[in-house]
Amino acid sequence: MSNQIKYILKRVIYSLITIFVLIAITFSLMQLLPGNPFSGGKAIPEETLEALYVKYGLDKPVLVQFFIYLSKVVQGDLGVSVPDGRPVVDIIAQAFPVSLELGVRALLFAFIMGILLGIVSAVKRGTVWDSAAMFVALIGVSVPSFIIGSLVQYFLALKLYMATGTQVFAVMGWNSANAKILPAFALAFGSMATISRLMRTSMLDVLSQDYIKTAKAKGLSQKLIIWKHAVRNAIMPVVTVMGPLVAAVLTGAFVVENIFSIPGLGKYFVQCVQTNNYTVIAGTTIFYGSFLVFANLIVDLIYGLIDPRVKLTGGKE
Amino acid sequence: MLKKKNMTSSVEQEQIRTYDSMTNIPADAFEVIGTDADSMETIVRPSTSFWKDAWNRIRKSKVAVICMIILFLLLLGSIFIPMFSPFNYSDQNVAYANQPLFFKDPATGATHLFGTDELGRDVFVRVWYGARVSLTVAIAVALIDCFVGVIYGGISGYFGGAVDTVMMRIVEIISGIPYLIIVILLMTVLDRGIGTIIIAYSLTGWTGMARLVRGQIVSLSRQEFVIAAKSMGAKPSRIIGLHLVPNVLSVIIVNITLDIPSVIFTEAFLSMLGLGIAPPQSSWGIMANSGIQVFQTYPFQLVIPAFFICITMLSFNLLGDQLRDAFDPKLRR
Repeated sequence: MSNQIKYILKRVIYSLITIFVLIAITFSLMQLLPGNPFSGGKAIPEETLEALYVKYGLDKPVLVQFFIYLSKVVQGDLGVSVPDGRPVVDIIAQAFPVSLELGVRALLFAFIMGILLGIVSAVKRGTVWDSAAMFVALIGVSVPSFIIGSLVQYFLALKLYMATGTQVFAVMGWNSANAKILPAFALAFGSMATISRLMRTSMLDVLSQDYIKTAKAKGLSQKLIIWKHAVRNAIMPVVTVMGPLVAAVLTGAFVVENIFSIPGLGKYFVQCVQTNNYTVIAGTTIFYGSFLVFANLIVDLIYGLIDPRVKLTGGKE
Repeated sequence: MLKKKNMTSSVEQEQIRTYDSMTNIPADAFEVIGTDADSMETIVRPSTSFWKDAWNRIRKSKVAVICMIILFLLLLGSIFIPMFSPFNYSDQNVAYANQPLFFKDPATGATHLFGTDELGRDVFVRVWYGARVSLTVAIAVALIDCFVGVIYGGISGYFGGAVDTVMMRIVEIISGIPYLIIVILLMTVLDRGIGTIIIAYSLTGWTGMARLVRGQIVSLSRQEFVIAAKSMGAKPSRIIGLHLVPNVLSVIIVNITLDIPSVIFTEAFLSMLGLGIAPPQSSWGIMANSGIQVFQTYPFQLVIPAFFICITMLSFNLLGDQLRDAFDPKLRR
């Protein structure tokens, strides 16, 4: 038990260090930018500039500025978007739920479909089913989400509407239920492919184990062996890639949200990148980074909980 | 082969017919032919090294051969087609913008094989120029990642102990930072261009290779040939470089092949966001981005770069899978 607590503590500390490094990198990159928030635009008198510097702490050494920034970030203050004066935290709070909904939909779809495809191709190894599932997986690995996104938008939303006269899928937006399917699909396709390939390998590995033979020898039905004995064990390695997949889905949303004009954080982030809105870029980067680090942490901890064999990793053998 | 077998068996049958049973064969029916010490030691088949063996397996796999041919053609095309084309990647001719495939320029008589884009630039040359950019970035990043990762992982794995712990903790922290976010951040701060993409990606990309190499080296450095080298006084740099790394090379090659598609994807992704190569230079990502905007009217402007992105990623992915099968003795049937 103490081993497990040690393991959890270790993981939490590493995550915190990672976030600290991320904030440090973001801060120093922002320092590298030429000029400061008050240069450019109208000419400001020297005294006013100095007063502004004092007000915003820009007269202090860089290291002190960093710790001021760090303490603000810890308190949940990510600065203010310069063009419209909105706090970055407000922007995130408004736009992120949309991205989150899209991401969760995509992840669920990817996970369920990927697992099913993996099971089918492993159980029916060497048959047409196997080849078909692995062909789909290969397409998913090799075709970027932005291409899949624009293709399904064109054919399933636009062309289908022109052909049938009914709007089966909305072309863009995020208001109606039928607008939420295609973006989630486009975002999920790549991850689905990764999961199904992994699930297939893992499943084949498990199916050759002795306890499967035992189960067969006991006369259990094929269905029971696959669902109760094989899948439960084979799903373990798949859980480990959920962390990176969350990252892939979140960053993939940058482009997919743009293609489908979804008012999520990804679209907003890209806009800020294109208009050089640096405070928002820095704030959003720290937010995304911390979110993903914690997602990874949670996946790791869950993995430790559901698979009793992992407990040993806390101590040395 | 079959015939020969039949012949020998019929000869044996004759022999059996001549003598009643096996026990009754007279001694003089046998002939002493002696043994030739030299011929016993000759190696009949040419010796196969590990690399030759892998090459033979790769050559037998149709998929791998097709992938290698495609990639080779892409490489040749990216080098030579922009050189010998009548058009330049940045030549604009707004009078003939958005022309269809095989459009013949009335002024010069030259044919735009893939048509022209919204500024009247030749899509064919731009695709191959984009291939140049994508492949340069991919190969450069893969080599840098491999170089840094092998040295870092090699040192960490060979020395072990405290060195290993500290070095791997650093890797753990760096790889915890989502790379695409750091790459985007770097691209907004630094100047846009091929060099920046390579630097931005390499800064975070080497950790995967370092982990992989370290894992392999840890298990290898307990083996006898390393102990032998150590006992003969070889320096660590020599042991790592000459004895350990060559043994890990197959894993490294497979990893490079599987890394390249993700670099190509990242380049295209960044260009899609307007962060990649600066216009008027071309890359597949930039072309796909402008293609998406005119997709409903001029679908080919997206389909062409998309096809090239997919076929390249597909080839590298498939080749990587095949290479892994060819190198991994555990998978041999």
